[in-house]
Amino acid sequence: MENIISVRNVEFSYANDFDDNSSPKQILKNVSLDIKKGEFVAILGHNGSGKSTIAKHMNAVLTPQSGTVTVEGIDTTEEDKLFDIRQHVGMVFQNPDNQIVATIVEEDVAFALENMGVEPVEMRKRVDDALKSVGMFEYKDHSPHQLSGGQKQRVAIAGIIAMRPDCIVLDEPTAMLDPNGRKEVLKTIRQLNKDFGITIVLITHYMEEAAQADRIVVMDDGKIIMDDIPSNIFSNVQKMKEIGLDVPQVTELMYLLGKNGFDTDTHIIFEEDCTKALLDILKITHN
Amino acid sequence: MLKDITIGQYFPADSIIHRLDPRFKIIITAIFITMLFSADNFWGLLVGIIFLLASFLMSKIPMKLMLKSLKPIIPIIIFTTALNLFFLDGVTFFKFGFIKITYEGLETSAFMIIRIIALIMGSSLLTYTTSPITLTDAIERLLSPLKKIKLPVHELAMMMTIALRFIPTLVEETDKIMSAQKARGADMESGGIMQRAKALTPILIPLFVSAFRRAEELALAMECRCYHGGDGRTRLKKLCSTPADYNSLAISILFLAAVILLNITFG
Repeated sequence: MENIISVRNVEFSYANDFDDNSSPKQILKNVSLDIKKGEFVAILGHNGSGKSTIAKHMNAVLTPQSGTVTVEGIDTTEEDKLFDIRQHVGMVFQNPDNQIVATIVEEDVAFALENMGVEPVEMRKRVDDALKSVGMFEYKDHSPHQLSGGQKQRVAIAGIIAMRPDCIVLDEPTAMLDPNGRKEVLKTIRQLNKDFGITIVLITHYMEEAAQADRIVVMDDGKIIMDDIPSNIFSNVQKMKEIGLDVPQVTELMYLLGKNGFDTDTHIIFEEDCTKALLDILKITHN
Repeated sequence: MLKDITIGQYFPADSIIHRLDPRFKIIITAIFITMLFSADNFWGLLVGIIFLLASFLMSKIPMKLMLKSLKPIIPIIIFTTALNLFFLDGVTFFKFGFIKITYEGLETSAFMIIRIIALIMGSSLLTYTTSPITLTDAIERLLSPLKKIKLPVHELAMMMTIALRFIPTLVEETDKIMSAQKARGADMESGGIMQRAKALTPILIPLFVSAFRRAEELALAMECRCYHGGDGRTRLKKLCSTPADYNSLAISILFLAAVILLNITFG
């Protein structure tokens, strides 16, 4: 499959504005990463691991200090192609309140299209389509502050989808939501990936969310330390704990059972598989 | 308590006045104000009042709401009336000690009262029948010729829109911060004015810090959605004028002409 985003040997550090003498802290250390078209990739890592920084490189909010990032073959340092890049790769942030611009839902969804100079007739169609695809069409005349957190985040996602991007980067989109809102948003993300073939890069703290991805990239201290399918990643329970990350509860259960002499498989990451495995164990011990 | 605040004073209803193009509504309001100020006799003022009453009746705005809009200007009315009543020279109507009221004073103050009340009611009618967002939109479009002299019209309108959008968010946040500070024993309800003003500091500082953080994030989100100022921007909703808009504009110009005519006849 074709790569939509490719990151090559990227280094990045934030300059310290307050103290010129202190050496800037290196956030990304020689990071290389490819995102293929249509993929659903989750990026895991604890605070300060550089996962948000790498996300911001993917649509030219930040540009690498050394190395290159290309989006659909365009180098992100080409300033006159900036809007092309941002149209290809949309970005959704953590706090839904701080990314909604307009006072009416549909006007906010139209915001990007207005900026791009899309004709009103075409715009109407795209706005309606985008709102339908996140299930917020009936709220189009509402004011954002009347909506719940999950609904607001879905409106923010609709605002990105209206641009018809090939890829959406979501930087901890569920971190400020309640469990219901988290479920709503994740369901929307998965639908966009499955039904519309939009490439998804999901940065998250929640292992259960990451487990739903096609592939997980684990970052620690500015480096990529693991890059594999979810069940392989989470089966390294020991290693994940060492870098301060969790594994899904079911994987942990399997791991603990295994430690206590049961024959279990730590590749299990979903509840249904876990129930099956537990039943098997019970059958064996019963007989 | 803070949650109940309304932004602007829009009163949603379905009326001819509500449906008028906001640009025309602004222009008509300006014409109405010109009517009031060019009228120099009671007949002219009467024409203005007829115009106001007719639009008011068509707007389906409850009378109570209209009267409420007059409340804040009561001190101004009293002040100007007193000035005109007591300090205008002319034929004496009433005299008591050093207080002297003249016929001219009575006439001018009555004239001024009617003029101020009509002015406030007319402009309230505009804000009652137009939502703040459409109003901003209309102002942006009306002022757009001024872009030629480098007035940042789009930027100003954008600022107004964002301010309107963030008022409820910041109100909610203020509520939260107040509760948090109260939980830590902050006392905001007792003491003199100075003490209470001081008690606001622990609310305002976190509020400002968070407002700045929000602004930064919003700017980033806007950039990610290709925002690059007003150039080449299109709009989802186009304001389009209907025959009704032109008719009402024509009617208001006729009223203005009537006022000027009455000025000449009685002037």
